Amino acid sequence: MKNVLILGATSGIAQAIAKKLAARGVNLILAGRSTDELNRLAGDLKVRFNCPATAMLFDAVNLDTHESFYESCKASVGQLDGVILCYGYMGDQRKAQEDAQHAKEVIDVNFTSCVSILHIIANDFERKGSGFICAISSVAGDRGRQSNYVYGSAKGALSLFLQGLRNRLAKSGVTVLTVKPGFVDTRMTYGQQGLFLVAKPEKVASDIIRAIEKKKNVLYTPFFWRWIMLIIKLIPESVFKKLSL
Amino acid sequence: MSTIKQKMSGWGRFPVHETIVSRPETTADIRRLLNSEAVSNWIAYGLGRSYGDTPLNENGGTLITTKFNRFMSFDESTGILECEAGVSFKEILDVFVPRGYFLPVTPGTKYVTVGGAIANDVHGKNHHVDGTFSEHVLDFTLLLASGEIVRCSRTENAPLFWATVGGIGLTGIILTARFRMVPISSSYYNVHYQRARNFEEALELFSESDDQYRYSVAWIDCMAKGSALGRCVLMRGNNAPADQVKGSNPLPILHRTKLAIPFDFPPFVLNKWSIKAFNALYYRIHPKDAHKLVGYESFYYPLDAIHQWNRMYGKRGFVQYQAVFPSETCREGLKEMLERLSGSNRSSFLAVLKSSGDENGGLLSFPKKGFTLALDIPITDDSLFPFLRSMDELVLRHGGRVYLAKDSTLSPEHFRQMYPRYKEFQVIKNLVDPNHVFSSSMARRLKLVED
Repeated sequence: MKNVLILGATSGIAQAIAKKLAARGVNLILAGRSTDELNRLAGDLKVRFNCPATAMLFDAVNLDTHESFYESCKASVGQLDGVILCYGYMGDQRKAQEDAQHAKEVIDVNFTSCVSILHIIANDFERKGSGFICAISSVAGDRGRQSNYVYGSAKGALSLFLQGLRNRLAKSGVTVLTVKPGFVDTRMTYGQQGLFLVAKPEKVASDIIRAIEKKKNVLYTPFFWRWIMLIIKLIPESVFKKLSL
Repeated sequence: MSTIKQKMSGWGRFPVHETIVSRPETTADIRRLLNSEAVSNWIAYGLGRSYGDTPLNENGGTLITTKFNRFMSFDESTGILECEAGVSFKEILDVFVPRGYFLPVTPGTKYVTVGGAIANDVHGKNHHVDGTFSEHVLDFTLLLASGEIVRCSRTENAPLFWATVGGIGLTGIILTARFRMVPISSSYYNVHYQRARNFEEALELFSESDDQYRYSVAWIDCMAKGSALGRCVLMRGNNAPADQVKGSNPLPILHRTKLAIPFDFPPFVLNKWSIKAFNALYYRIHPKDAHKLVGYESFYYPLDAIHQWNRMYGKRGFVQYQAVFPSETCREGLKEMLERLSGSNRSSFLAVLKSSGDENGGLLSFPKKGFTLALDIPITDDSLFPFLRSMDELVLRHGGRVYLAKDSTLSPEHFRQMYPRYKEFQVIKNLVDPNHVFSSSMARRLKLVED
């Protein structure tokens, strides 16, 4: 791992990953929407680890910019060894039920934009025959629940997309990791009621880096979410539909 | 920006106040919170190591600052570090000890933020030489009630600088600070341990030889009586040069294995007999006179090795009482206080006596030239509060004052007499925050800010 692109670098999990990679001397491109926030993060990594991180503007929902964005990433570091996609948008389930535009926003950020940027990167990695792609999906994508099924379905679609991409890239030596975190203590979840077993972003970040190195396919983090989701998936639909989850 | 209604307390776990908590991540988040209709006033809360109600805001808003934990710049040639105010002393040590730099001043825990260190104007074992933390701060940026960000230093917005130093968070939110780190060649200290049979002997040792030690403190037995009144173990030392350290790395980060207190101790664990026994033992296990090389963790932060040690005092919590007596009256004042403490059997096993250097310009800063005594007192029943009131009177009578970062019970009348510059503070406060966007349980209790 030498040059790594982090998409959505100011998210809580991304920042924890960035710190751990910078500590090992990995050259980072931090991409996101806010230059101020990216510079804050890059400055921090520079003082802590003497790591020259580059801040790069990235607008996920503006698909037309993706090609040129990726070109400038390559121009700045040469060849990329991997990408970690960390951005996501929870949205408001109730609002999405009433307002198709809001629902589309949630789907575009969490799914459509990922298809676009990850295909551009995947095609490049496939050509050179190496690299890793890691994207943060969610346990919410494992089964539709009334409380957040718009977000959940977009994440579920992302998981399926990554599964297909992994299948496609297997023969070219490019690895694809789907990360399904449970509840993590970040800005996205802060203040939400009814969360349990909330994990620290640092713990999730270590799990992700280890899974990338071990070329894992799917990572539930913390690990017990695999078993929690297994149980949730096993509940028969006739029973599940009556639960208020 | 989400908020949660939550019960919060300081490190003493007394008092406990319900407040609306939020954890902003950007200055835009803070501005949004300050403008929100639902909450009328706010106070910053870092790592919650001040003991009483300094960081609490009953029925108001609490702004957790820990997401402002970015380093910004470091200049190797001058040792000047610039960082956000939510950076903890622990993070600073982890990054800078291996590079050969140490904090200029640190309190007895590394789990404090830079912002909290300025707002409480914290001091450490080197106060008699180096003053408080703020004395090493070149400048800081402050987000005011208006949303405006201003830089404060001794030359720029100086009155606001001195109101914010020790200003318990009432002038605004400290966003970033620049301060000078000190170079070290090892992360070890040469410590001289000496027993003193009573506090008078300790005072003599302090005044005789404190100039030889940059770091100086004494553990004091507040339960001993008669000729042993206030017997002490003095622990004084200096940073060790690298050639005195065995092994190849003189600058290790020293994390000690962490013990944890997993639950509140029941009230009978700490009683006057167990505390007395502990104190007697502690005195005896220390040699009469010895030198030892110790790492910075055990020298500065002995209690950080025990996670959540505040649970030892049980569910009702404890108060930490710290008072400073001026040089002229300290002998009398300390004697009276120690007699009162040993007579009432109220003290605890962690009491500290230390010489204190000159006062600085902080309008509500605590230290002044003399001696300071700090002790934990478990809250067993309500009779403690009149006892503390009488202690406040004693301190005041000798021209001393109590430390706001530890306080939870001082009356507004006593506060005004102890901190006569409160009037200047209020003038500046009203100038930068006329609508009292920043307030706290402590500020209202001390009538520094009206309800």
